Amino acid sequence: MTPARSEAAGKPAIISMRGLRKSYGIGTPVETEVLHGIDADLAEGEFCALIGPSGSGKSTLLNLIGLLEPPTAGELSVAGQSTKGLNEQALTVLRGRHIGFVFQFHHLLPAFTALENVMMPAIIAHGVATAQDEAVAHDLLARVGLSSHEYKKAGQLSGGQQQRVAIARALSLSPRLILADEPTGNLDTHTADDIFALLREFNRERGSACLIVTHDPRLAARCDRRIELVDGRLAASTSVAEPA
Amino acid sequence: MARPRLPFEFLVALRFLREGRMQTALILLGVTGGVAVIVFLSQLIAQLQSTIIDRVLGSQAHVVVRPLEEVNLRARSDPASTAVIEPRAQRLRSIDQWEAIVKLAEDQTGVVAVSPVVSGPAFALRGRASKSVALLGIEPDRYRRIVKMDTYMVRGKFQVEGTNAIIGTELAKDLGVTVGDKVFLRAAGGRDELLQVTGLFDIGNKDLNRRWVFTTMKLAQSLLDLPGGVSNIDITVTDIFDASDVAARLQAGSGMTVDSWMTTNSQLLAALRNQSVSNNLIRSFVIIIVALGISSVLVVSVVQKQKEIGILRAMGTSSNRIMGVFLLQGALVGFVGALSGVGLAWALLQIFSTIYRTGDGAPIFEPQLDTGIALSAAGIALAVGVLAALIPARRAAKMDPVQAIRA
Ligand SMILES: Nc1ncnc2c1ncn2[C@@H]1O[C@H](COP(=O)(O)OP(=O)(O)OP(=O)(O)O)[C@@H](O)[C@H]1O
Ligand SMILES: [Mg+2]
Repeated sequence: MTPARSEAAGKPAIISMRGLRKSYGIGTPVETEVLHGIDADLAEGEFCALIGPSGSGKSTLLNLIGLLEPPTAGELSVAGQSTKGLNEQALTVLRGRHIGFVFQFHHLLPAFTALENVMMPAIIAHGVATAQDEAVAHDLLARVGLSSHEYKKAGQLSGGQQQRVAIARALSLSPRLILADEPTGNLDTHTADDIFALLREFNRERGSACLIVTHDPRLAARCDRRIELVDGRLAASTSVAEPA
Repeated sequence: MARPRLPFEFLVALRFLREGRMQTALILLGVTGGVAVIVFLSQLIAQLQSTIIDRVLGSQAHVVVRPLEEVNLRARSDPASTAVIEPRAQRLRSIDQWEAIVKLAEDQTGVVAVSPVVSGPAFALRGRASKSVALLGIEPDRYRRIVKMDTYMVRGKFQVEGTNAIIGTELAKDLGVTVGDKVFLRAAGGRDELLQVTGLFDIGNKDLNRRWVFTTMKLAQSLLDLPGGVSNIDITVTDIFDASDVAARLQAGSGMTVDSWMTTNSQLLAALRNQSVSNNLIRSFVIIIVALGISSVLVVSVVQKQKEIGILRAMGTSSNRIMGVFLLQGALVGFVGALSGVGLAWALLQIFSTIYRTGDGAPIFEPQLDTGIALSAAGIALAVGVLAALIPARRAAKMDPVQAIRA
């Protein structure tokens, strides 16, 4: 079992997990521990797959890393900052500044246009959209091939288009870390490949680290490294450089 | 051009409201109706009350000083106006040291005008007509500040000298006289004088138009056998609801009987108070209903927007700002509802003031909207909107983003 020191040794870790545990229903008869002590690192710029059977705790781990819920025990650092003892406000700032999310069900804001969805992280961070934010959003939508759909409401786009908007949105503040939970989960193979290629492209180009949950072994194989979860424990961490 | 110009909270609050079309329309309708009812009712009641008070005080002094002995006599009659014109069986008495009391009254704070009056019963005779009247000896310059006689004059000026007399339009009709004619006046004590009518007034009250006869103080004193005396002192105060306090102070200072319009019209005052209480009751209920409406619609909206809230949180929105978004929705609904509510109230006033008119065609109330009432209703609506949004907003803030995203 490899303690998760990434192959990109020498590069600082964007995420560092030590003994991370998560229980649900604490204090109730149905208390269950979902993650049983995870030790792993993700290096800056790393492109990593998180795999494992259904129910193994992948989404839970991603939500912990994304600071959407607190671990029950253990230590988690994001971008070099320990999250221990941070209040909701500080966690929100840390999340907003460094992390972009892509979810399986694209989760766009249906009342807003594609362009507004892409600008939203910037609007949240800056209070109001700046000209610069708009330029970035136009640029990103062009990159994901949706220039002609900028002013469509999110709900009027196809699933693949919505997921591309979601990727553009995740990138809008150039975060150092992108967390993607089955980003291609409900897309056909061809579209899934496109989406995956986009993530890979942005990773190479901007150096954003990516942690991608996927059930697709084909896609997992195309990542720099694979972290496998089984029943809430780290089963294996394999990388392209040193295959298991 | 393409980028939204609004700050985050406004942008999201407005978009959420716009998205929930039906709900937003319904709640706006509710707030509009509520504000309109409150503004319209308040305006109506304020106007009617001030009209009633104006009418009552239009021909009546705010405060009247009388000799002590009059107490028994006065107990039989209610409004001061009828008390003044009531024929008195007893011999008239003057107020002792009335000049000193006039001075005392003038020095009181809150007193605008003081006018000594010589009044008593008399008969106006012409040909075979004989009418019972109330003779009022006054100094016009002082008295016109008690009762706005200048505005009531139909013919001639409110001026008296020598044997001039100013009478009401009804008395003139009854006696068949007009300006320039002569009227014979006989006081109860038997003294009489031939008076020259130099003016006619219409005070808006038939009874007074039939009974009041104004002359100089001097003439009234000699006719009523009150040499150098006055029978009452009329007083105008700044704040009409301060009248009873002024009366109490004057009574303590002078030892005379001092009454305010508030005691002589206590039933009217009680009726006005009851009206205000029921208006407040209606207002409170409307506010509660509107608040509950806003609250319930926003609670539903929070549940519907669970996913969006989760997404916004994941993108770096703090729970406080989520709370702000929903508080703002309450405020916006309250604000817009207040604007349209005030507009609706204004429209209702226009319509009702043309529909409801007095017998002679004058509107019962003015179609004007008091800025104070409109502003305070708008302020209340805004506050109610924010307060009503408090519970939904806190629910939204507490919402677990993970729960929303997993779903
Ligand atoms: N809020 C919760 N309360 C109780 N149990 C939970 C909660 N959230 C997740 N779990 C449990 O934690 C375990 C891991 O769930 P998780 O969603 O992380 O799995 P996963 O690896 O993402 O599965 P999948 O591949 O199906 O998405 C599951 O057994 C799940 O039932
Ligand atoms: Mg999952």
